Amino acid sequence: MSIPFYDGGVASGLLAGVLFGYVLEAAGFGSARKLTGQFSLKDFAVFKVMFTAVLVAAVGLYLLRVGGVIAGNAVFVPTLFFWAIAAGGMLIGAGFALGGYCPGTSIVGLASGRIDALVFVAGMVGGTAVFAYGFEPMTGFYFAAKGPDAQRLPDLLGLPEWQILAGLIVIAILGFRLGSRLERARGGPFTAEDVCVPGDAAGAKNNPTPSTQAGYVS
Amino acid sequence: MTAGPRPFWPPLAAGLALGLALLLTFVITGHGLGASGFVTRLAAQISAWLAPEATLANAYFGPFVKAGAVLASWITWEVIGVLIGAYLGARSAGRSSVQIEKGPNVSRGQRLAYAFAGGALVGFGARLARGCTSGLGLSGGATLAVAGFVFLAGFFIAGFLVSMLARRVWQ
Repeated sequence: MSIPFYDGGVASGLLAGVLFGYVLEAAGFGSARKLTGQFSLKDFAVFKVMFTAVLVAAVGLYLLRVGGVIAGNAVFVPTLFFWAIAAGGMLIGAGFALGGYCPGTSIVGLASGRIDALVFVAGMVGGTAVFAYGFEPMTGFYFAAKGPDAQRLPDLLGLPEWQILAGLIVIAILGFRLGSRLERARGGPFTAEDVCVPGDAAGAKNNPTPSTQAGYVS
Repeated sequence: MTAGPRPFWPPLAAGLALGLALLLTFVITGHGLGASGFVTRLAAQISAWLAPEATLANAYFGPFVKAGAVLASWITWEVIGVLIGAYLGARSAGRSSVQIEKGPNVSRGQRLAYAFAGGALVGFGARLARGCTSGLGLSGGATLAVAGFVFLAGFFIAGFLVSMLARRVWQ
């Protein structure tokens, strides 16, 4: 039996999804205000949670490879198409700042009762259809500036993987410290009491909610 | 029920748990977590219901329809899992609340219009980028893919720029 198992079945999908959804919700990522607090520098949860998760998984994959548990090319590594990925990333950043979610977090928002998340999902379906029906004239841009297949930072920078990981850990620590300082200066981060009260109690951070009011959350 | 919602997990703990869930997903499936792939399949399926011939002829949606059972895919089960996991978490922690979440200075109608417009940009952008914050940013980043870090740079740059223009939606 070799690892990874390459299991694409129903149970595998449900297990990965339940863990993913549970943790994102626990991090506060079902709340559009908490998520967009990243871009007003009031709440660094998006940066902190994502960067930590990327590093934990990256170090884990490195150790599994060094330990001989998985092969060097065992897991899927996306290939760079520079312009399409840079532009697509920018559109997702812009849409996130405007609409409050990204694809994964909108599903979490929907599951925690956010009606705006449902509308966001409808918008995504619309945007996907616009892309599909406008695809043919865009194919040149879509495939432009292709990088080497499955290129990774150690290949690009010509450095050993452990040095890249160490560098990213240093950046993460500096980002955590700067982020926490900015959060304190700006009255953040958003707590569950701030964002999990129904209806017009929204905006509680600017106008603190009495604890009795926070009590009627279902 | 008189107690308020239970606090969110500290970011470091949530990041650690998310990283371990992602690592487990790599070990089981050979790839990471995602979300926008499901939205693509949902859009292709809706398009096929509304306009079967145009969808079959479409250069992007056509291959999904030709392969049959558009929604029967690992990513669909994963997204159903996300719904279940997030629902169970929110309910058990008292954080489930039916609301239109918005800043105090916009109306509900405006908020929903911004949600739709933002969703449309994200839907389009995810197809252009061939993935989203989960598939490229989180999972691609974890494999140290150059594509993942180019994506994350674009995501944060545009997020900060547009956030300055869209401040009134949230504040």
